[in-house]
Amino acid sequence: MAAHTDSPVKFQYHDIDQQNDTYIIGMWSFMVTEIMFFGGLFLIYSLYRGNYQADWYKAHEHLSWQWGGVNTANLLVSSMFMALAVRAAQRKDRTSVLAILPVVIGCGALFMAIKYWEYSTKIQDHLYPGPSFTTDPAMVHHANLDHAQLFYGLYFGMTGLHGVHVVVGMLIISVLWLKWYQRKKIVTEDFIPTELVGLYWHFVDIVWIFLYPLFYLMPRPYNLIEGGH
Amino acid sequence: MNFANFPFNPPAASNFASEMDTLFYSILILSVFFAVVTFFFVLYFAFKYRAGSSADRSSPVYENMKMEIVWIIVPTILAIIFFVWGAKVYADTRIPPKDAKEIYVVGKQWMWHIQHPNGVRENNTLHVPIDTDIKLTMIAQDVIHDFYIPAFRTQFMVVPGRYTQMWFRPTMIGKYHLFCNMYCGAQHSEMGGTVIVMSKRDYAEWLANNGSTRQNLTPEQAGEKLFTKIGCGNCHGPADLPPRAPSLHGLYNQPREMDNGQKFLADETYIRESILRPSEKVRKGYMNTMPVYDKQLSEEEIMSLIAYIKAGANPALPAGNIAASVPGHEAQVDGKAGLNSNALEFNAQSADATPTQRGRSLAVGAMAAEKVDHKP
Amino acid sequence: MSTTVKTPIGNVEPAKPRLNYLTNGHSLKTWLLTEDHKRIAILYLISVSFFFLLGGSFAGMIRWELMSPAGNVFESDAYNRIFTAHGAIMVFLFLLVAVPAVLGNFCLPLMIGARDLAFPRINLLSWYLYTAAGTLILISVVTGGVDAGWTFYTPYSSLYSNSNVSLCLVGVFIGGFSSITTGVNFIATTHRMRAPGMTWFRLPLFVWAQYATGIIMMLGTPVVAITLLCVVFERTFQLPIFSPELGGDPVLFQHMFWFYSHPAVYIMVLPSFGVISEVITAFSRKRVFGYHFIAFSSLAIAFLGFLVWGHHMFVSSQSMYQGVAFSLMTFLLAVPSAIKIFNWTATMWKGNIHLNSPMIYAIGFMGLFLIGGLTGLFLACMGTDVHLTATYFIVAHFHYVMVGGTVMGFLAGIHFWWPKMTGKLFNDNVARWNAIVVFLGFNLTFFPQFVVGWMGMPRRYHYYYFAPEYQAFNIMSTLGATVLGIGFVVPVCYLISSLFKGKPAGDNPWGAHGLEWQTTSPPPTENFYYDPIVTDDVYDYDPVAEHEQYLERQRQLGAQA
Repeated sequence: MAAHTDSPVKFQYHDIDQQNDTYIIGMWSFMVTEIMFFGGLFLIYSLYRGNYQADWYKAHEHLSWQWGGVNTANLLVSSMFMALAVRAAQRKDRTSVLAILPVVIGCGALFMAIKYWEYSTKIQDHLYPGPSFTTDPAMVHHANLDHAQLFYGLYFGMTGLHGVHVVVGMLIISVLWLKWYQRKKIVTEDFIPTELVGLYWHFVDIVWIFLYPLFYLMPRPYNLIEGGH
Repeated sequence: MNFANFPFNPPAASNFASEMDTLFYSILILSVFFAVVTFFFVLYFAFKYRAGSSADRSSPVYENMKMEIVWIIVPTILAIIFFVWGAKVYADTRIPPKDAKEIYVVGKQWMWHIQHPNGVRENNTLHVPIDTDIKLTMIAQDVIHDFYIPAFRTQFMVVPGRYTQMWFRPTMIGKYHLFCNMYCGAQHSEMGGTVIVMSKRDYAEWLANNGSTRQNLTPEQAGEKLFTKIGCGNCHGPADLPPRAPSLHGLYNQPREMDNGQKFLADETYIRESILRPSEKVRKGYMNTMPVYDKQLSEEEIMSLIAYIKAGANPALPAGNIAASVPGHEAQVDGKAGLNSNALEFNAQSADATPTQRGRSLAVGAMAAEKVDHKP
Repeated sequence: MSTTVKTPIGNVEPAKPRLNYLTNGHSLKTWLLTEDHKRIAILYLISVSFFFLLGGSFAGMIRWELMSPAGNVFESDAYNRIFTAHGAIMVFLFLLVAVPAVLGNFCLPLMIGARDLAFPRINLLSWYLYTAAGTLILISVVTGGVDAGWTFYTPYSSLYSNSNVSLCLVGVFIGGFSSITTGVNFIATTHRMRAPGMTWFRLPLFVWAQYATGIIMMLGTPVVAITLLCVVFERTFQLPIFSPELGGDPVLFQHMFWFYSHPAVYIMVLPSFGVISEVITAFSRKRVFGYHFIAFSSLAIAFLGFLVWGHHMFVSSQSMYQGVAFSLMTFLLAVPSAIKIFNWTATMWKGNIHLNSPMIYAIGFMGLFLIGGLTGLFLACMGTDVHLTATYFIVAHFHYVMVGGTVMGFLAGIHFWWPKMTGKLFNDNVARWNAIVVFLGFNLTFFPQFVVGWMGMPRRYHYYYFAPEYQAFNIMSTLGATVLGIGFVVPVCYLISSLFKGKPAGDNPWGAHGLEWQTTSPPPTENFYYDPIVTDDVYDYDPVAEHEQYLERQRQLGAQA
C-alpha cells in the first residue's frame, strides 16, 4: 500500500473527493477539540475575573495595550496573507504560494518577538506567579497581590498556550512551504491541505482576538469609576 | 417509618434518617422490581427461544412504537417522581432552621477541631444534645475534607477558603461514627471519631464542666480517687508497714535510704520512677513486692498521683481538705485541659487498636498528635 | 446483509488472496510502523490486556488489605498509592481505551465496508501516545507512586501530595490526546468512509455507539486535559489556579474534572453497549428490536452525559439549585439506558438463541448493568445521595457499571470477534463456564459493597478498626475478588492457547450477519477483496428460516453419527 505515494489519493479512499471531505471533517473536529481545550481556560478566566474585577482591572493596567494592539494587527495581517496563499493554492499558482507563505511565517515570528519582549519585562518586574512574585503593590497598581498573581498566572498560562500554538503553526506552514517547494502532488494537485493549514492559522488568530481584549482592554469596573484611583 | 430493625440498616439517629430511609427503600423496591422483571425475561427468552426449541417464532416484531413509548414514558414518570422527592429531602438537609445551635468545625490533616458556642473545644469527638437543631459551620485548614455521620444520614464537604454548612437534629442518644469522607492524604481513614448524642441535661452539664463528663477534679482529688481505685492504700497506709510498704504520708522532698546505702531525695522524678518501675530503688528494710505500673497509667494519671502524694497522701484526710491545704494548687481545669483529657480518654479507649500507634508509623495521626500536644 | 461485488479494489492485487493482515509482513517493523487498523487494534489489545492485569493485581492488593480492619500488610501511605494506581491504570489505561481502541479499531472499518480508518497514521500515533502515557504512568507508579486518588482533587493533588502526581498527570494528559485522535478518527470515518449503500440507518449499532463515543472524546477530553495541565503547572511553577491561598477555587477543579469524567463514563460504557447490541442480535438470529431507538439513545446519552457532571458534587458546596438541575438531568439520563436494556430484551423475544460464550457474557452484562444502572438511581436522587456519596455504595455502583458493563462488554466482544481477528476458534465450553464464573465472582465481590456502603463505610479507607461491623462484608468481597481474578485470568489462557491449538474459524463461525463476517478470517490488509456494496438493512436475520436451518443441521449431524 505504500506503493502509490505518487498519487495524492491515499490507499483508504476511493477518490480525491472522499479524501478531501474526510480531511475537512477531521480538521473541523480537531478545531472543536481545540476550542474545548482553550474553553477550559476561558472558563477559569471568567470565573476569577467575575470574582476579582477591581483587582484584575488594576493589575491589567501594567500590560501594554499598545504592544498588544500591534500584535493583534500583525496577526490579522498574517491571516490576510494566509487567505491569499490559500487562494493562490486554489489557482495552483505555485510561485505565489511560495512567496506568500514566508510572509505569514514572518508575521508569526514578529508576534513571538513582541511576546518575548513583553514577557521579559514582566519577568524583570517579578510579575510571574510563584513564590518570587512581586511584593510591591505599586507594580500591580495597588491591586490585591494574591489576585494580581492569579491574573498573571492566567495571563502567562493562556497567552503562553496560544504562543505554543503560534510556534506550531509556523512549523506546519514551513512544512507546507517545503511540500510546495518540492512540488509534492499532495499539495500542488489539491488545495485542501493548504486550506486546512490556513484554517488552523485562522483559528490561532481568533484565539488571540479573544485574548487581546480579555487581558489588555478591560473596561473600568463600576466600583472603581467613582472617585477614580 | 422506622427501619431501624432492618438488617444492615445503619443506626437512624437524626431527623433525616426516617425520611431518607423511606426514600432509600422505595427506590430499592422499584429497582428490585425492574431488575427482577427484566432479567427474568432475559433468562426466560434465553431458555424458551434457545436454538432448536419448538417455540412459536412466527410473526416476529422488530419495531413497536407502543412498546417503545410505554418503556420511555413509564421510566420518565417514575424518574421525575423520585427526582422531586429526592430534591425535597435534599433541600431539607441544606436549609438549617434559623434558631439552630451553631458549632464550628475545622478540618485539617488529619483531625477534626470542634468548638462549641461557649468556647468548649474537642477533637475528633462531637458532643451534641438530643432533639436540638445543630448547625455546623465548617472550614478546612489545608485540603478538602468531608464531615460524614452515617447514623445521621448526612455529610458535607469541608473546603479550604470557604465556609460550608450542614445541620441535623439528633433523635437518639448514643455514640455514632464520625468519618472524613473525602480522601485527604496518608491518615485519611483515621480522620474520624465519635459523635456522642447526649440528653439535654447531660450536655448542659458537659458544657458546664468545660467538656468533661467527669466531675471537675483538681489533680490532687483525681490522684486520690485513683489512689483508691487501684488500691495503693492497701499497702501504703497511714503508717509504715515494714517489710511490706512504707507510708507515703509526708514523703515528698524527704531523703530516702536504699538497700545499698545510697540516699535519694523523693522528688517528682523519684516518685514517678517508683510508681512505674518500683524495683529500681527499693527502700532499706522493705521487700521488692510492688507491681510495675509502667504503661499501665497515663501521664495524666501519674501526674495526679504525684500531686496527691505531694499533698500528703494521707487517706485519713478528706480529699477536698488536701487540695485546700496545698497553696498554689487551685483547680487547673481550663478548656485546654478538658480537651486533652478528652483526647486521652479517646486514646485510652482505642490505643490498643490504633495501627498508627503500634509503633510502625511516626506519630502523625490525629490521636497521636494529641498525645504530642499533651507532653508537659 | 446482502452485498453484491464490484470490481476488485483498484490497486490491490487479488492474485495473492491467501495473505491476510497477520501474515502480511512478519518483522517487528511491520508491526510497530503499521498503519493497518487491524494490526493497531492488536497492538492495543496487547497493551490494554497488560494494563488490565496490572490494574487487577493492584485491586487484589486492596482486597487483601481490607480483609482485616487494621490492615494486613501495608502502611496507609502504601495503601493510598495502591488504590490510586488501581484507579488510574484501570480508568485511563484500560476502561477508556479498551473497547474503542481494540474492538472499535478492528471492527469499525470492516463493519462499514472501508479499507481502513480515515487517518491511519494518526491512528498509529494514537497508539504511540497511549504507550507513552502508559509508560509515564507506570514510571510514576514504580518510582514511588501517586497518592492523590485517580480523581486528583485539588488542593490535595496540587499543593499537598508529595508523590509523583505531576508525572502521572502528564501521562494522563498525553493519554487524553490518544483518546482525542481516536475519537476524531472514528467520527471522520463514520461520516465519509462508508461503503456505497451503507446509509446511516444501515449502520450496525456498534458503529453508532462508537460514533457517539467519538463525539464525547472530542468534546470532553480537551477540557480534562487542560484542567490536569493546570494542576501540573500549579505543582511545577506554583502557578496559582485552584489554590485557595490566592483566591482560587478548589471546587472549580471538580467542576472541570467531572465535566469530562462523567461523560468519560459513557466513553467507557457506550462502546460496550454497541458490542452487546451486536452480540445479542447475532446470537438471537433476529433483527434487533427498535433499531432507531437504540441508535438515538446512544446519541442521547452522549448529549445528556454532558449535562450531569454536578451530580458528583451534591455535597461539595455547589449551590442547591445547581444540584437540583443536575439531579433532574441525571434522572432523565436513566431513560436512554433503560431503552437499550428493554430493546435488547425484546430482541431475544421470538429469537433463535444460541448460548455461545459471547452471548453468555452479554447476558451477564445485562444482569450486571441492570444492577449498576438501577443503583445509579440512588445516587441521582439527591436525598439518598447525601448519605451514600463517597461510600462503598458508590464504589460498588461504578464497578457494576465499569466492570459489569465495560469489562463484560469487552469480554463479550473479544469472544465474538476473536475468530475474525485471529482466524482461530477457542474452546467455547470453557469460555461459557468462565462467563458464569465471572458473573458470580463479580456479584460476590461487589454486592456486599452496596450493603457496607449503605452502612456508611467510606471509600478509600485503609483502616476500619473503629467499625468492625464492616469486616464480614469486606471478607465476602475479597473472596469474590479471588473468584473474579481467576475468571479474568482463564480467558487469557484459553484465548492464547487457541492461537496455537484452535481450529480454523472459517469466515463466519457464529452465523452472524454484517460486513465483517463476509470477508475472510483473518481479513486481508485491505479488508475486502472486493469493494462491498450494501443493498439491504442491517441484521436481516429470519428467525423462522434460521430455526429450520438449525433443525436441518442437527438432522445432518444426527445422520452422520
